[in-house]
Amino acid sequence: MKAEARASWDVNAIKSFALKYWIYIAFAVLFVILSVASPSFLTVDNMLNVLRQVSINGIIAVGMTFVIITGGIDLSVGSILALSGVIACSLAHPDTYPVFVAVGAGLLVGLLCGVINGTIIAYGKVAPFIVTLGMLTIARGATLVFTGGRPVINLSDAYNNIGGGYIQGIPVPIYVLIFVILIGMFLLNFTRFGRHVYAVGGNELAARVSGLNPARVKIAVYAISGLLSGLAGIILSSRVMAGSPVAGEGYELDAIAAVVIGGSSLAGGVGKIGGTVIGALIIGFMNNGLDLLNVSSYYQQIVKGLIIIAAVLLDRKSVQ
Amino acid sequence: MGNPDVILEMRNISKSFPGVQALKDVSLTVRSGKVLALMGENGAGKSTLMKILQGIYKPDQGEIVLKGRRVEIDSPKDALRLGISMIHQELSPVLEMTVAENIFLGREPHYRYTGIVNRKKLRRDTLALFQDIGIEMNPNKKLSQLSVAEMQLVEIVKAISYNSDIIIMDEPTSAITDREVEKLFQIIKRLTDRGKAIIYISHKMDEIFRICDEIVVLRDGQFIDAKPIGELDQNKLISLMVGRELNNVFPKETAGIGETILEVENLGLDGKFRGVSFRLRRGEILGLAGLMGAGRTEVAETIFGIHHATEGEIRIKGKPVRIKSCKDAIDNGIALVSEDRKLKGLNLKASVQNNITLSSLLKYSVLRQIVNPRLERTVVEQQIEALNIKTPSRKQIVNFLSGGNQQKVVIGKWLLCEPDVLILDEPTRGIDVGAKYEIYKMMNLLAKEGKAILMISSEMPELLGMSDRVIVLHEGEVTGEFLREEFDQEKIMACAAGFKKGEIVA
Repeated sequence: MKAEARASWDVNAIKSFALKYWIYIAFAVLFVILSVASPSFLTVDNMLNVLRQVSINGIIAVGMTFVIITGGIDLSVGSILALSGVIACSLAHPDTYPVFVAVGAGLLVGLLCGVINGTIIAYGKVAPFIVTLGMLTIARGATLVFTGGRPVINLSDAYNNIGGGYIQGIPVPIYVLIFVILIGMFLLNFTRFGRHVYAVGGNELAARVSGLNPARVKIAVYAISGLLSGLAGIILSSRVMAGSPVAGEGYELDAIAAVVIGGSSLAGGVGKIGGTVIGALIIGFMNNGLDLLNVSSYYQQIVKGLIIIAAVLLDRKSVQ
Repeated sequence: MGNPDVILEMRNISKSFPGVQALKDVSLTVRSGKVLALMGENGAGKSTLMKILQGIYKPDQGEIVLKGRRVEIDSPKDALRLGISMIHQELSPVLEMTVAENIFLGREPHYRYTGIVNRKKLRRDTLALFQDIGIEMNPNKKLSQLSVAEMQLVEIVKAISYNSDIIIMDEPTSAITDREVEKLFQIIKRLTDRGKAIIYISHKMDEIFRICDEIVVLRDGQFIDAKPIGELDQNKLISLMVGRELNNVFPKETAGIGETILEVENLGLDGKFRGVSFRLRRGEILGLAGLMGAGRTEVAETIFGIHHATEGEIRIKGKPVRIKSCKDAIDNGIALVSEDRKLKGLNLKASVQNNITLSSLLKYSVLRQIVNPRLERTVVEQQIEALNIKTPSRKQIVNFLSGGNQQKVVIGKWLLCEPDVLILDEPTRGIDVGAKYEIYKMMNLLAKEGKAILMISSEMPELLGMSDRVIVLHEGEVTGEFLREEFDQEKIMACAAGFKKGEIVA
C-alpha cells in the first residue's frame, strides 16, 4: 500500500517534471535521434555550422523575447535587419570608413526603427501588431529605395570578417550570440528594468499604479528588438559579403517561433531567455538534421509548424 | 395562497458561497400591478437574491413559486421564458449596433426561409414599443452615439420588450437625469396599470417613497421586514437597513494623533466629484463612507494620480504638490491599496517576491539598476513574516494565493515604500474573517507608527469600528463629517443617501 502510494507519487513527480522541462527533454531527444540517424550530424564542423546559422535567429529572438514578455509583438525584425544591413554595407566598402563606422551606423538604424515602433505603440496606443506590420513594410521599402533593389557589394575584409571570421576556430557570430544571450539574461533577471518588463506584461495597469512608467518600458523593449535586428543584419550581410535588400524576409516568424517554443506567453508576463535559446536551437537543429537526412524543405515547414503548436499545447498543460 | 394578486413567491431561500452565507431563509412576495422595493446595504444580499430569480445562481434551499406553480430557473433564458426580465445596473450595450438591433438582439424578426433579418419589421416593432411606452428615439441610431442616459433607456425598453410579467430594475436611475427619471416613473406607472409587477432596487430614498407600494428589507443576507410603504418613513427604513449591533471584531486602538500630513482642498474631477476637502493627520484613520458610485474610489485615485484632478489642490505637509502620475504620488509618500487588487494591485503572473518589491526596488539596487538579490531576499522574507503571508515560498506565483494573502502582498508592497499616507480602498473586500482581523490589527499598528490612513469602506461596521473620523460622500459631494464620538449608523446612512448632516432630525 505504502509502496504503491510512493510509486504513484513518483509518477506524478516525473510527469510534472517532464511537463515543466519538456522543452529541454524534447531538445535532448531531437539531438540524440539526429545523431543516430545521420553520421554527419554530430561532428564539430556541423555543430559549428548549425550554431552559426542559429546565431542570426537567436539574436533576433532574444530581442523578441523582451517584446513578447511585455505582451507585444515585433513583426518588423526582418525588414529592420535588411535596412541595417544595406546601410552598414554602404559604409563598408574597402578604403572608405573604418569598420566601426559601418557597424555603428547599422546598429543605430536598427535602434532608431525600434524606438519609432515603441514610441508609436506606447504613446499612440496603437496595437503592436499594426505598428510593427507597418514598419515591416516601411523598412523594406526604404531598403529597396536605398539600394535601388540591387545588393550592396564590394565590402572590406574587416567587415566581411564579422560574420565570416573565426576566433580560435569558432565562428565570430557564435561569440556574438553568446554575448547577446548573456546580456539579455542579465537585463531580464538581475535588473530593475527586467522586473519592469515582466510587470508591464503581467498587468500594465497594476504596473502603472505601482509607480512604473509602462510607456518607457515599451519603448525600451522595441528599441532592444530593433537594435538586435540591426546587429543580426550586420552579421548576415558580412557573412554573405553583400547587403541584400531582400534579406530577412519571414525572419519574424522564426524568431516568434523560437520565443513561443521556449515557453513565453504571447499574452505577456511570462518568458525566459533560456527557453528562447533552446527554441532557436530546436528550430536550427531540426532544419539541419532534416537537411542531412535529405528531407525536402517543404516537409521541414510542416514539422516546424507542428512543433510550434505542440509547444503551446504542452505549455498550457504545464500551467494547469 | 389563493390571493389572485400574488404573482411570485420566493420561499425560504438560502444561498452560501465559500466562506460566506449570502442569503439565509429569505422570503419574498411579489404582487401584480405593484412596485416592490428591495432595500438593504451593499452586501445585504439583494443582488444574490435577484440573481437567483434570474437563474444565474441556484439556491441551496428554498423554492420559487410563480403564478401558483413551483418553478426551477436554470438560466436567464429560462427566466425570460417564465416572464421575468431584468434591467441591469451595469449596461452591456453592443455599441456598434443600432437601438433597434440592441433591443431585439438574439430574437430579430427575420424572413422565414433565409434567416435574413427583416429590417422593416425590426424598425416597425421598435417604434411600436417606443410608442407604447411613450418615448421618442431614432431606432436606427448606433448605441455609440447615445449618451449613457439614453443607453439606459434602451436597456429599459429592452427589458420591457420581452413583455414580462415581472421586471426587476436594479438601480435604473443611477445613470440618468431627473427628466428621464420622470419618464421612467411614467413608464413604471403604465406597466403597473397593466398588471405588471416591478421589483425596484435603489438607494435613493425619495424614489422609493414616490413609486413603491411595499418595501422588503434585507440585512446581512437575512429577511428583516416587509411593510406597505404607508407604515414607514425614511428614518424607520434606515434603521431597519442598518440596525445591527456592532460586535467586537474591531480591535480599534486610538493612536496619538499628530500633525496634518495630507490636505485636500476643493478637489474635483469632472463628472465624478467636486468640492471635496479634508485633512488627514498622523496616527489618524479617516473613514470615507458612501454608496457605490458616490465617487469615493475616484477621490482616492485622484489623490494617487490615477486620474488628474480638474480642480482643487492637494498639499503634503503643508506644501502644495502636483500629482501627475502614480509615481509622483509615491514620491510624495502616498500609497494606495486599490479596491480591485487583481486589476490594479497585483501582477498575478509574477512571484510574491517580484510583486512585493516592485515599487521599492530602487532601494535594493546598485547603480539604480542592478538588484542586490541577497538584500531583496532578506527584505521579502521579513515582509512575509511580518504580515503573516501564507505562501510556500517567496517564489510562489501570486495567482495561487488566497484572496487574503494576495491582499497582504499588496499591502506589503506599499509598506516597503514607507509611505506617510496609506489609502485603503475596501481593504477587506472578499477576504476571510481571520485575514480581516489581521488587517485591522495592522492598521492600528501603522497608525501608531504615525502613518495617516484613509480608508474607503462599504461596510458600515468596519467604518465605525476602525475610523477615528468619517466623512460621507453622496453623488460626488461631501454631505457630512462625523467624529468618533458622534458615530451613528443611521445618520451616516442618511448622509450617504443624500441628506446633509445638518438636515437630519435626531
